[in-house]
Amino acid sequence: MSEAIKVPTMAEMMAEGKTPEVLFWVGCSGSFDDRAKKITKAFVKLLNKAQVDFAVLGTEESCTGDPAKRSGNEMLFQMQAMTNIEVLNGYEIKKIVTACPHCFNTLKNEYPSLGGSYEVVHHTQFLRSLLEEGKLTIEGGKFKGKRITFHDPCYLGRANDVYEAPRALIQKLDAELVEMKNCKKRGLCCGAGGAQMFKEPEKGNKDINIERTEQAIETKPDIIAAGCPFCNTMLTDGVKGKDKEGTVEVMDVAELIANAEDL
Amino acid sequence: MNYIPQILFAIILLAGIGYFASNIKKLVRNIKLGQAIDRTDNKSQRWANMARIALGQQKMVVRPIAGFLHVIVYVGFIIINIEVLEIIIDGLFGTHRVFASLGSVYNFLIGSFEILAFLVIVSVTIFWIRRNVIKLKRFFYSEMRGWPKSDGNIILYFEVVLMLLFLTMNGADYTLQLAGAAHYTQAGAFPISQLFVPLFENFSESTLIIIERAAWWLHITGILIFLNYLYFSKHLHILLAFPNTWFANLNPKGQFDNLESVTNEVKLMMDPDADPFAMPEEGEVEDVPEKFGASDVTDLNWVQLLNAYTCTECGRCTSECPASQTGKKLSPRKIMMDTRDRLEEVGKNMDANKGVFVDDGKQLLNNYITPEELWACTTCNACVEACPVSISPLSIIMDMRRYLVMEQSAAPMELNNMMGNVENNGAPWPYNQMDRLNWKNE
Ligand code: SF4
Ligand code: SF4
Repeated sequence: MSEAIKVPTMAEMMAEGKTPEVLFWVGCSGSFDDRAKKITKAFVKLLNKAQVDFAVLGTEESCTGDPAKRSGNEMLFQMQAMTNIEVLNGYEIKKIVTACPHCFNTLKNEYPSLGGSYEVVHHTQFLRSLLEEGKLTIEGGKFKGKRITFHDPCYLGRANDVYEAPRALIQKLDAELVEMKNCKKRGLCCGAGGAQMFKEPEKGNKDINIERTEQAIETKPDIIAAGCPFCNTMLTDGVKGKDKEGTVEVMDVAELIANAEDL
Repeated sequence: MNYIPQILFAIILLAGIGYFASNIKKLVRNIKLGQAIDRTDNKSQRWANMARIALGQQKMVVRPIAGFLHVIVYVGFIIINIEVLEIIIDGLFGTHRVFASLGSVYNFLIGSFEILAFLVIVSVTIFWIRRNVIKLKRFFYSEMRGWPKSDGNIILYFEVVLMLLFLTMNGADYTLQLAGAAHYTQAGAFPISQLFVPLFENFSESTLIIIERAAWWLHITGILIFLNYLYFSKHLHILLAFPNTWFANLNPKGQFDNLESVTNEVKLMMDPDADPFAMPEEGEVEDVPEKFGASDVTDLNWVQLLNAYTCTECGRCTSECPASQTGKKLSPRKIMMDTRDRLEEVGKNMDANKGVFVDDGKQLLNNYITPEELWACTTCNACVEACPVSISPLSIIMDMRRYLVMEQSAAPMELNNMMGNVENNGAPWPYNQMDRLNWKNE
C-alpha cells in the first residue's frame, strides 16, 4: 500500500459533530471477501483522492438482507432492514454509495416502504459524477488500446436500468469497449444472484458462470470488467475454469480507474 | 323462405358470441380467485405501456425476424377483421357488400385487405416452417409436448384457412362481377384474388355462386369458431395482452414487494413496548393466521393469474433464462403454463361442485412446480425483460420460495446456513460483525 487510506466511521464523525456528505455502504462481500476487499480499497482510494467527505458504518453495518429476501425469507430480510434503517436514520443519512448492486438495489428500492428513504447510488454512478464535476481525472494511458468488455450485473442493469455509467467510465480509459453478444437489457446473469452465491447450483449440463465467461471470452478481451463483487467471483472462477487466467483479467470498474491513476 | 339464411346467420352469430361470453365469464371468475392487489396507480404510464407494448408490439421486434412476421399477422388479422363488420351486416340484413357505396374508399380497403391476407399467409407459412421444419429450440422444451405443440400449429392452420377462404370468396365474387351476374355489383379491388379468375372463368354462374356463398359462410363460421377456440388456447393473448400490459408492475424490476403481513410481525417483535398477547382492539377483526407465500394458485395475486392466462407460450423467457440455458429443470414458461393449468383445474372443480372448490388434494407446488425448479432461479429478471406481454414468472417463483422457506422451512441446507449467519452475525458468512472494518488495516 502506497499510503494509508482514510476511512472515517460514522461514529467517529458523530463524535466530532460532523455529518459526512455520503455514506459508503461497504456490504458483506466488500468487508469480508478477500477479492472484494481489494475493490473496497480501490474505491476508498478514489474517494480519498477526490477528497470526498464520506464515512462508513464499520461494525455498525449489517447485511442488507438481500440474500435472505431472494431466498424467500421475508421475515429475516425485514428484521435486517429495520435494524439497519434504525442505524441509518439515527445518523440522519441522506445519501449512500455502494459498490455492490445487491445492496444498491435493496437499499434503494426495498427500504423506503419500511421507513428508510435515501438517495442511493452505485459506485460507478458516483465515480462518473466525480469525473464530470472535475473532482477526479483519469489519464487513460495505461489501458490504451486494451480490449475491455463489461458484464452487466443483473441488479444494476435490468433491475435498475443503469447501463451507461460503468461504460462511460471504461471509455474514459481510452480503452476499447467491446460488447458481448448478450449485453445491457439482455445481459446474461453470472449465476450468483437470488442467493445462488451461497449454494451449489441445481443439476444441469453447465454452470452459468462458465456460459457467461465463454460469452465474455468470445469478445477476445484483455479485461472483463465487473461492477459487482459476486459477478467478480463468478467470472474469476469462470476464467480459471477456461484456463485463461494468464491472458484475461477480471477487474472491477473502480479498480480500473484506481489503476489508471496508479493508486 | 328468403329469410332462412338470415335467421340461420343470426343463430350462428348468437351461439358463437354467447358461448364466447360464457367462457370469458369463467375466465374472469378464475382470475378473481387471486389475492387482491392494487395496480391502478399512475394511469397515464399504464396507458402508455399498453399502447407501446401491446398495440405497438415494441418487445416483439427485439427479435427482428419473428417480430416483423408477427406484426404482419397481427396487423393483417386486426385490419382484415373490419371486413367482418360488413359480413355481419350483410348476413343479418341479406345485403351484399353493403359498404360498396363507399366507392374508391371501398376499393382501397378491399385491395389492402387482400394484400394483407396474402402477407399473412406468407408469414404464417414461415412461422409453420420455424416450428416444424427448422424446429427452433424454444418450441421444443418438455412443457411444449402434446397440446401446446398442437395448439401452436392449429392456430397457424386456422389463419391460413381463414385467409384462403377470404380470397376465394373475393375471387369468385370478382369473376361473377366480370360476368355481370345479378346482385354482384361492381365493387372492390382484387389485387390478389384476381389470380383466381382464370381458374374460375369457365365455371358456370351457378357453380360460382355456390363457391362464393360457401366461402362466405365458411369464412364467417370459421371466424366464430376461432373466436371460441381462443379460450382453450395460448391465442388468448390477442385479447389479454391489453389488460395484462396495463396492469403490469411499474416499479424497478429489482424491487420485490415487502410482505405487509411480515412487516406487522417484525414491528411487533422489534417494538419493546408491544404486548404480544394484546387483545385485538375493539372493532378489529381477529384475522385468520396469515399464510406466507404461495403454495397454490389462490395464494397468488390476480395479476399473476391474469399473467398465466395471457402467456403465449413463446418461450422467449425460457430462451433467455440462465438456468434453462444451462440445462436446469427451471423454465419460466413452464411456471406460467403450470399456473394456468392448475387454475383451470381449480375452475373446473368449482364448475363441477356448484361453484365451490372441493379439496382435490393437489396444489401448484409439487403437483405442478417442484422445489428443484424454484431453487434454480437466480432472480436475474431476464424472463421479465424478455416477455413481449409483460409477464413476470419471477414473481411467482419468489412467492413460492417464500412459502417453502417461511411455512415449511424447506430451503436447501446451504441457504439455511447462510440465513443462520445473517441472523447471528449480520453477514451471509460466518464472520464476526465486529470484524467488519478489518479490511481497512489489512
Ligand atoms: S429470473 Fe429466474 S426464471 Fe427468470 S430468467 Fe432469471 S433465472 Fe430464469
Ligand atoms: S411468459 Fe412471456 S415470454 Fe414467457 S412464454 Fe409466456 S408470453 Fe412468452
